[in-house]
Amino acid sequence: MLFNEPSPLEVKVLTRRFQYPDSARIDTFLAHQGYQAFQKALAMTPDDIIQEVKVSALRGRGGAGFPAGLKWGFVPRNSPKPKYVVVNADEGEPGTCKDRVLMVNDPHQLLEGMLIAARAVGATVGYIYIRGEYRHVIDIMDRAIAEAYARGYLGRNILGSGMDFDAYTHTGAGSYECGEESALLESLEGKRGNPRIRPPFPAVSGAFQCPTVLNNVETFCSVPEIILNGGAAFAALGTPKNGGTRLFALSGHINKPGVYELPMGFNLLRLIHEVGGGIPNGKRLKAVIPGGSSCPVLKAGECDLPMDFDSLAAAGSMLGSAAVIVMDEDTCMVTAALRLMRFYAHESCGWCVPCREGTHWLKKLVGRLHAGRGLSGDADLIEEVSRNMLGRTFCPLGDAAAMPMISLVTKFREEFEAKIGSAADAGPGSDQLVVL
Amino acid sequence: MAELINLTIDGVSVQAAPGTLVINAARSVGIEIPAFCYYEGLSLQAACRMCLVEVERMPKLQTACTLTVSEGMVVTTDSPAVVTARKSMLEFLLTNHPLDCPVCDKGGECELQDAVYRYGAGEGRFTHIKHHVDEKQFSPVVYYDAPRCILCYRCVRICDEGLGVAALGLVNRGVTVEIAPNRGSRLECDECGMCIDICPVGALTSGTYRYQTRPWEMRHVGTVCAHCGDGCKTTLGVRNGAITRANNRDRSGINGEFLCVKGRFAFDFVDHPERLQTPLLRTADGFEPVSWARALGHIAERFLEIKARNGRIGVVGSNLTTNEEDFFLQKFAREGLGAVGVDHIRTGDLPALVAALGTRSGAWASSADLYNCRAAVIVASDLSQQHPFLAFQLRANWRHHGMRCYTVTPGPVREDSYAVTALRAAPGDELAALESLREKLKAEPELVILAGASVRADALTRLVAFGDSLGIPVRYVCLLDYANSRGAADMGLLPDRLPGYRPAEGPGLALPDMLADPALDALWVMGADPLASSHLAAESAFVVVQDLFLTPTAARADVVLASASAYEKAGTVTSVCGEVQKLARGASVAGAKSDLEIMSLLAARMGLALGPSDNASLLEEICRSVPGYENVQAVLQGGVTPVVCPVWSGPQPDSRPDLIRSSEDTLFTSGVLGRYSRVLNSLSEAPGRLYR
Repeated sequence: MLFNEPSPLEVKVLTRRFQYPDSARIDTFLAHQGYQAFQKALAMTPDDIIQEVKVSALRGRGGAGFPAGLKWGFVPRNSPKPKYVVVNADEGEPGTCKDRVLMVNDPHQLLEGMLIAARAVGATVGYIYIRGEYRHVIDIMDRAIAEAYARGYLGRNILGSGMDFDAYTHTGAGSYECGEESALLESLEGKRGNPRIRPPFPAVSGAFQCPTVLNNVETFCSVPEIILNGGAAFAALGTPKNGGTRLFALSGHINKPGVYELPMGFNLLRLIHEVGGGIPNGKRLKAVIPGGSSCPVLKAGECDLPMDFDSLAAAGSMLGSAAVIVMDEDTCMVTAALRLMRFYAHESCGWCVPCREGTHWLKKLVGRLHAGRGLSGDADLIEEVSRNMLGRTFCPLGDAAAMPMISLVTKFREEFEAKIGSAADAGPGSDQLVVL
Repeated sequence: MAELINLTIDGVSVQAAPGTLVINAARSVGIEIPAFCYYEGLSLQAACRMCLVEVERMPKLQTACTLTVSEGMVVTTDSPAVVTARKSMLEFLLTNHPLDCPVCDKGGECELQDAVYRYGAGEGRFTHIKHHVDEKQFSPVVYYDAPRCILCYRCVRICDEGLGVAALGLVNRGVTVEIAPNRGSRLECDECGMCIDICPVGALTSGTYRYQTRPWEMRHVGTVCAHCGDGCKTTLGVRNGAITRANNRDRSGINGEFLCVKGRFAFDFVDHPERLQTPLLRTADGFEPVSWARALGHIAERFLEIKARNGRIGVVGSNLTTNEEDFFLQKFAREGLGAVGVDHIRTGDLPALVAALGTRSGAWASSADLYNCRAAVIVASDLSQQHPFLAFQLRANWRHHGMRCYTVTPGPVREDSYAVTALRAAPGDELAALESLREKLKAEPELVILAGASVRADALTRLVAFGDSLGIPVRYVCLLDYANSRGAADMGLLPDRLPGYRPAEGPGLALPDMLADPALDALWVMGADPLASSHLAAESAFVVVQDLFLTPTAARADVVLASASAYEKAGTVTSVCGEVQKLARGASVAGAKSDLEIMSLLAARMGLALGPSDNASLLEEICRSVPGYENVQAVLQGGVTPVVCPVWSGPQPDSRPDLIRSSEDTLFTSGVLGRYSRVLNSLSEAPGRLYR
């Protein structure tokens, strides 16, 4: 089940089995190197596994881009507590739909990644926290887990190795915030999905206050390839410090929207025009949000750059979850901003003051401006409210709202200014008429 | 002790123990970092973002409430970045906060007001319609106004962590988040009101206090709660002579911020419509209100007449009166009347424990010890129901220091939830159950044993023998029911013991014996209700009762004298853990007189020379003559709470388990005072069953 036809430019590593019929079934998986990486890992020491992941330059695919091998290395293996592997499959970042594709088409690849991680840190239980909207994906993962138990890849004494590992799916309940790793853990434990104070980080105190390896679906899915063919080969696929391939989710004003696996560092303009088939109706490119809705927007002129964590950071944006949202020349950036601010105001968990009140305020400010009833100075106020949130919120959700907002209102200031007082009935008091 | 850590805050060199939070390190050198969600003793939240500070080599501002000190750390709390951040947080907080300060209960003592005044920007730029939801009533005493709520989660934490009740939680998300009862739509909890007082703003308000007055219109009188024996300090807000509220927001006193439902709300017995405000004299047509002169004259006449013919006068003291009153009463009874017996309703067998411990002054646990001890055993008491402050201390000790708790109780108790071992033992079987814990208890470094009323007489002797056999330091608390039950025993309201447990000459009659004595000529009852459950055998006895209300005992009296409650007088009381604290006069009820004044007037009428009868002189006399109380006055004058340890001398007491009867009060009952508290009667909880 794919969104799109594959592109000839793709480098298929994680998605290589998607072409086979019944790619989600264990027989297909086993016929194409399935669980071979895990068997190889069983013969390796935990340190060697972690070292291999470090060499691979695999960076967290959820959005933050933290080196996965480093993260695994933080797990105290001598701890007397049980250890957990938790998969963040709460894919909630607007524009992002790659984890779904990975789980739907090759669920065993994810289980294999979890098993290798479990082997590396000595975990015996794994949870896959899947967003509740992915109802069918939960069924697919559950079927894969059942198949793995039946074939002895999960359960007691796996493949005679003495290793025990149980895997469970856990359903989210529709909160974006639960994609934040510590809020996910709270939710997993049955509590309200509020983020936790860190440190301690999950590697030390995660699920049920025990050491936990917590990564994104795509991160775990990259692990079998790293073990099978070596970290160095994986690293060589990408750019320095940005190993491997990435699943780019192309959406917006694009001829061929979809999920494409391309090497890290693939050029953004080529991604849009060569992989994505360009912009519909011959329109010109106006702007791109390169890594999911939380990333600062890039103007068309800023888009000739390699898509990796470091290049995008240097350009003032982020690779994030690699969800590329393309906007053509007709796009109203105030409308885009309102869409985003509505989302963040709706999804703020309410835990900390600047995010709870700031997202709500921004939604109202952008809303009245969008309605043509903004007051003079609103563009400045939008920027200042965003800056008052930036870097001061409890978790990254506040930044995720502030960063795109700041970029939109600074890079497209004239559009915001032009909207002020543009409604036919704009006048004193009319700003109060805007209901959001 | 670990080495201190050196850091710099605003250019000031600070030394702090490892693990100290920056916010507290700053406070130790007088630098105030504002915070709403941070509350000492509760878990960390980092939610209000008010305490953001700049730390060298850290790119972002850090929350001083979660950051621990480290060597060489350089913190700035007043840099332009910090000042801007603070201002912006206050601006954010005020976006949806209704500016109804002129009618808000918290106006004038609101932490948000204070913070905006000190750190905030005067002008708000949020010009949209504020998010509004209507106020909710959570219980008869707790109201919640969500728009005012700044979501610091103090209420949620004090209820969960402090009390172990966890009645409050959060609903919704984003700007619509609200505090809400965790079960159902209304609170069925301890109704302690801790959530109200811990609220920095006017979001949680008190059902009894809301919209009554402004804080600055009240006189704030620090005194001691009139109900159970835990001795909580409570600050009465008094307006025009009437108590309008009670709280302890300043965390002063032995109880810190703690008060239970009785201390916080059940002061309303003071102005109950049935309060006696004049003496009553029995006539052929029932009671007739009379002047004090006539009532006292009549009593003096009858007492002198009975005394002159060597008649039998029994005297019953109170669990609620002050040490000075108790001391004076026994003196009056013994020296002035030659009474056949002096006693009070004993709610626990303190004399037996004192006798078993003899002169071991280190064997008594104070309420501070309950917070600091390494291990404790709760024997025969539902502590969170009957001694909520002591239960709070133990829970805080467990939370903060990992204290190990054991319970040996007839039924399940809330402390079971964190107890190492929870045992069930029927009354009388407690020692056998304790015996089964012997090995575990022996392994503890020290122990505090809290014993309820069913461990009495010989059982207490055996309890102390058990404690001695463990080979570790053991301290004891004898749990008693009421505000000055401890003082009543310490002051010698016992037939066989003078103040300080010195032996009395010849055993007098104990309370049940007085009531059963058909030859009794007079019974003088000060602030007690023995006839509520007993019969007075001497049908023609002359009965004098001093009380707040026409209790069953007062209804049998020949003369009833309207007395003042603990909130209407001065003096000292002694808590179950031995803390001696001063009362202060809050309310005044027209017509009622303090028991001390009543006795003093009566003594004068009778022409008795009993010495000075003012509080100061009596306290001096107590310090002079009561073993254990020697330093009380000096310590009190130093502004510290003295802790007294009783001392036994002379023969062992007779074994009289029949003299002990706990009233088994719950959080929502409090003897006579509780019966006349409308608030307590309005709370519909099934006491003792909820929130085990």
